[in-house]
Amino acid sequence: MALDQPVDLLRAFFAFFENMVVLNTFIAGSACILFGAIASLTLLSKARNYSYLFSSVGSLLFLAAGGYLLYAPAFAGAAIPVTSNFSFGFSFDALAGFFVVLISIVSLFLSFYSVGLTRGIRHGGYLSFFYHLLLLSMYGVVLSSNIVTFLVCWETMAVASYFLIVFDRNAEAAKAGLFTVVMTHIGTVFIIALFLVLARFTGSMEFSAMRSAAASIPSGARNLIFIFALIGFGTKAGIIPLHTWIPRAYPVAPSNVTPLMSGVMIKTAVYGFLRICLDVLGPGPEWWGILVIAVGAASAVLGILYAVMESDLKVFLAYSSVENVGIILMGIGASMTFRNSAMHPLASFALAAALFHALNHALFKSLLFQGAGSVVHAAGTRNMEQLGGLLKNMPWTGALFLAGTLAITALPPLNGFVSEWLTYQALLLGFKSSSVVVKIVSPLGGAALALTGAIVAAGFVKTFATTFLGMPRSEHAIDARESSPWMIASMSLLAFLCLIFGVFPGIPLMLVSPAVFSITGSSLDLDLHGSMVTPQATASLSTTALALSLVLIALAAILFVRLAGGRRRTVIADSWDCGIPALNSHMQYTAAAFTKPLRIIYKRIYLPNRELKVSYIVKPFFVRSITYGGEITPFFERYVYEPVMRGMHTAATKIKLLQSGSLQLYLGYILITLIALLIFGT
Amino acid sequence: MEYLQLFIIILFSPLVNGVIKKVKANMQGRTGPGVLQPYYDLLRLLRKDMVISRVTSWIFSVTPYVVFASVTAAALFVPVLTTRTAFGVKGDVIALIYVFALGRFFLALAGLDAGTAFGGEGSSREMTVAILVEPMMMLALFTAAITAGSTNIASISGAHRALSSPSHLLALSALVIAIIAETGRVPVDNPDTHLELTMIHEGMILEYSGRYLALMEWAHYIKQMILFTVVVDIFVPVGIAQTAGFSGMTVPAVSYAVKMTVLAVLMAAVESTRAKVRFFQLPSILGGAFVLAFLALVTHIMMGK
Repeated sequence: MALDQPVDLLRAFFAFFENMVVLNTFIAGSACILFGAIASLTLLSKARNYSYLFSSVGSLLFLAAGGYLLYAPAFAGAAIPVTSNFSFGFSFDALAGFFVVLISIVSLFLSFYSVGLTRGIRHGGYLSFFYHLLLLSMYGVVLSSNIVTFLVCWETMAVASYFLIVFDRNAEAAKAGLFTVVMTHIGTVFIIALFLVLARFTGSMEFSAMRSAAASIPSGARNLIFIFALIGFGTKAGIIPLHTWIPRAYPVAPSNVTPLMSGVMIKTAVYGFLRICLDVLGPGPEWWGILVIAVGAASAVLGILYAVMESDLKVFLAYSSVENVGIILMGIGASMTFRNSAMHPLASFALAAALFHALNHALFKSLLFQGAGSVVHAAGTRNMEQLGGLLKNMPWTGALFLAGTLAITALPPLNGFVSEWLTYQALLLGFKSSSVVVKIVSPLGGAALALTGAIVAAGFVKTFATTFLGMPRSEHAIDARESSPWMIASMSLLAFLCLIFGVFPGIPLMLVSPAVFSITGSSLDLDLHGSMVTPQATASLSTTALALSLVLIALAAILFVRLAGGRRRTVIADSWDCGIPALNSHMQYTAAAFTKPLRIIYKRIYLPNRELKVSYIVKPFFVRSITYGGEITPFFERYVYEPVMRGMHTAATKIKLLQSGSLQLYLGYILITLIALLIFGT
Repeated sequence: MEYLQLFIIILFSPLVNGVIKKVKANMQGRTGPGVLQPYYDLLRLLRKDMVISRVTSWIFSVTPYVVFASVTAAALFVPVLTTRTAFGVKGDVIALIYVFALGRFFLALAGLDAGTAFGGEGSSREMTVAILVEPMMMLALFTAAITAGSTNIASISGAHRALSSPSHLLALSALVIAIIAETGRVPVDNPDTHLELTMIHEGMILEYSGRYLALMEWAHYIKQMILFTVVVDIFVPVGIAQTAGFSGMTVPAVSYAVKMTVLAVLMAAVESTRAKVRFFQLPSILGGAFVLAFLALVTHIMMGK
């Protein structure tokens, strides 16, 4: 590089200096998290919950450095040599920076929550240790510069999450842990395979070198890599039908880990998919994008359809994560179709919608899982049919959970609304495409998003109302008490960000746009002055003005009814009970009753089973008792996973015949092999 | 003028409902109350004391204001007489559906807040109907939006491409069915019933009284008028002004009044000639409307206009 002016030299020096600072910030952040891991095992057991404060400092450092990466030119980072021709490498660019910021925001607040939640629990040290390990490995995944580093971090993440899932040491947790490990490794097999194909055709294991050599990969291999990436990363992200581990693992993991898994860990899979399919491989054929939109739409609709039937608070939220990954994928798919037809500004716009939704989901889903964790901590049950009326006992948790609920239901003016609105617009812009298939698929994707949105609303009305409104349904709910200030502080900050990111979407879009640019090479064309205007001015939206007018109209309405109605009495009385006194909590609408119409309407999807047992004193007139049971068929588990597992079991039993344990037989195998080799080898 | 559009919707929405009721009564051979009756009802409710259930939480008291504010805010970006919007509030058909969803969300929560079976039943059915209606409504609006190259209602209206192709007729019929469902009218819901097992909207607001009930009813009228306005904005924009200010507003005002009256009479006719269907027959009606909306889109793409 020729530097003919002293100014350039100075600039280069400062760039170098800045890079050193950033690098050291990353190292210091990692060190903090490692200290946290050590502290969690060495601190006095009464103070072990404070070990999380190390991770909050670490997250702050990562947040600062990640934020810097968004606006700094990419630079190759640190390498830790292992052997002469291989080293653990880390590189820093805007895409990685965005995901570092995403992880950091969630983990920063979550560490406060953890301090409050894990006070005085048994084996809290181990919990904290693996929490820190999980956090560090996630940073490692998004920052790694070569495939081996990536895989080592990816596997560390899997191992750490296994130990966190089985932390409670009961049968349910053990089963969920095993299931997760198996599913994760099926995904990892595909990821390793795709890395090998990539390395074979590009001759390198570094992502940067792969990117420059990607054009030389034959199209068959490119398609193979794409499919493997969709399966491999899709397993971790939880796309349908690879989602089955998510509703098992999330509910049993400790309440301060689930927000990390749901809010952040599945985003590392989104990162992996983006890194391989959009960054390294570059533009692909049209069907890639359409397939991703279709998979996204299916995950969104089916994910939320299964969610809405759940009466387990955490399983409900887990399925809702599947749905949100679907929405993110729809944005990514739209971006891929635009890129295929060289409409780069639109590709940037669609990708921005996807990344913005990923960020928003990290915020409101960790808020909701923290809220659910607080409820479970206070009431001792995850079953919402035993809760109710908690808004009175836990006013803060309830109000903050409501904020998360409004955000995830994409209600204006919160952040979920803005990113879903952008996703709708991205899909609708598909009409600008020249391909008829894209023209039909994109608006249908929009309709799928509308269907998803409406079911999400039903699901969260059910969940919030059954848990927090009405009358308490059991002793659990009556005895629940408000959570610790640490936990409320964490949830308040997340709720605040949900509001800010919705009312002032320019702020989060500033985080998103450099990452988008680093992938598509086209800057985000989104006018943000006063209102958001989509590319080619197809729509405009101003949530700021909308939020302001909502508040002002509500205030005007309050004033108006005071003026028009004057002072009036308010009588507190019982609910309307049709004249039969003593309405009790058993007469309330239950969560199962609330979703009964959906079970009937979508019976082809749910395949509900009903079981009615009646025992009579004198048949058929006098009934002694009636037992009613109902459940929906978990379609993929029953018709996909169980046959596969049965098949594998049968095959394994057959293969077992070879292993009789008799030495003579084994010697016979060797003899046969030897003869076979002699015959065919020559 | 653009600042007054909001007040046109707020002030005249009870009148629209009064007209529907009057026409309906006449069709059924009754005299019926005067068209101003909804105003008297609102005033009467505002001046009454309230009875609130002891089971309810603050959600119950906040809901009337949220519902009222959400539907009224939608009026800020729906063109009534002119396609100019006021106060810099920008929004499109998607924002409209989601602003309404905000109101519906709180309404459904309030229905469940008192812990009664009727409220829960109303909420459950309302959310179910929304699941059936929203995708269909969105698809029908998309067809119109694609023609105009914009999802902003003002731009669609200003593009004056209404009913320029058969696809629009299909989209219009889907949208009319959507509006019948959204405003809680026969054959989906019955606005006049208080029979426990058949009500949807009335079930959710059963616990409300006094000023809260007044706000809820008023919000419902406003929502109805906005939905009517959106239909005429998109499909029959004849006469709508594209300028700000008061001059030349006679034609828009007269044409708007005529269009609202026609829609009100149409609604009354539908309500008088149809019977409310069983709840579980709704999926076939609304599913049929979804097919209409989908056909609209495909027709549009295949014909290229």
